[in-house]
Amino acid sequence: MKIIVDARGLSCPQPVIILREALRSKDRASIEVLLDSDTSLENCSRIAVKDGCAVKIEERNGEITLIVSRK
Amino acid sequence: MNVKNFLGIGPVIAGSIIGILASLLAHFGNPGNMGVCVACFQRDFAGSLGLHRTSAVQYLRPEIIGFVLGAFIASMIFREFRARTGSAPVVRFLLGMFAMVGSLVFLGCPWRALLRLAGGDLNAFPGLAGLASGIYVGILFLRRGYNLGRTYRAPAIAGILMPAVMFVLLVLFILFPSFGEGKGFFISERGPGSLHASLLFSLGAGILVGILAQRSRFCTVGALRDKILTGDSHLLKGVIALLAAAFLMNLFLTLITDETCLRFSFIGQPVSHSNFLWNFMGMLLAGLAFTLAGGCPGRQLFMSGEGDGDAAVFVFGMLGGAAIAHNFGLAAVPDRILESGALQVGGPSANGIYAVFLGLVFCLVIGLFAGKTCERSSR
Repeated sequence: MKIIVDARGLSCPQPVIILREALRSKDRASIEVLLDSDTSLENCSRIAVKDGCAVKIEERNGEITLIVSRK
Repeated sequence: MNVKNFLGIGPVIAGSIIGILASLLAHFGNPGNMGVCVACFQRDFAGSLGLHRTSAVQYLRPEIIGFVLGAFIASMIFREFRARTGSAPVVRFLLGMFAMVGSLVFLGCPWRALLRLAGGDLNAFPGLAGLASGIYVGILFLRRGYNLGRTYRAPAIAGILMPAVMFVLLVLFILFPSFGEGKGFFISERGPGSLHASLLFSLGAGILVGILAQRSRFCTVGALRDKILTGDSHLLKGVIALLAAAFLMNLFLTLITDETCLRFSFIGQPVSHSNFLWNFMGMLLAGLAFTLAGGCPGRQLFMSGEGDGDAAVFVFGMLGGAAIAHNFGLAAVPDRILESGALQVGGPSANGIYAVFLGLVFCLVIGLFAGKTCERSSR
């Protein structure tokens, strides 16, 4: 199951908190995190990598999608 | 787009340079253990604009202007400037106000707590303990869903306003230095406000710090928050680097000059009081307010420079808090050695104590009620 986390416009450290909630869900295949700031992107990437996941970044019109998947 | 260097050593570099510059700024004229203090400098800033009339603490600190302009320059160069606003501005104003009240009861922001420790002021310990406790209480709220709501994109001009205001103030300050009441900026002739490094050095240091901090996301409150919340210590390394660099620079200056920049004691420290309880309580309030607002006072200035209108509102809240703190006698009084040689222990006034409790109640109410009710999924 793909989980979409909308962390756009949230201030620190909320994007990380809601990504961590999603990382804990057991039936996920991948997580798409919608972001709009480089700071949140860096923080979320760091948490996902620390959790043993692979991350991929897609950027379109200033909006960023971080795709988090199990390695 | 490649994965960014999110494990970089940016905060360590930023922290080290801030520590060295802070020590040098104090050596070249800023008050003792106050090379950089975001709260004290915003208090002086408010005084220079005449928002309060405590004549000892009035100066348009160029470091503050530099922080905002440096962050603005870096965010433009690296294409990270993004005008945004709309997340509970009134709450953020009041959080800024009470964060300032708490800081002025301690006599310093988290940055200065570290710099005071680096200069041997042991009163920083209860302050840092209060800061950590305040951050911890904030984390309890964050864990149960505390949220002030989303920011939204805004027209670029809305984000440029804060750097523009700072730039205009700088130009006015250079063109029309103080002439006294009703004629220009207020500048202290005695007291901490009269102690400052040259305008060029202060401004240059401020801009450099602004650039480095914008790039590295340096944040003294985020450092401890992230360590407790997620175990992530990359910001904390920056804070430790600041402390170590300022300590070593103070040690170096003490050894090579006839100035004493490092002396371990509780009493006789510059612009500091040795009232253990209120050093703790002041920073407890400040730490909680900063955590609820999403970052330390420096970080708020840097974010206001990269287009965050909500951070700018928090900064204005801090200026307002400084005005209220001095107009109503809430700020603490430093320790003083009397002519007889006796020590007069400083600390907050009764009004200051009431204000800290009021601030704590405010923060607890916000922490409890700005929570899950905030709609998260749509925008």
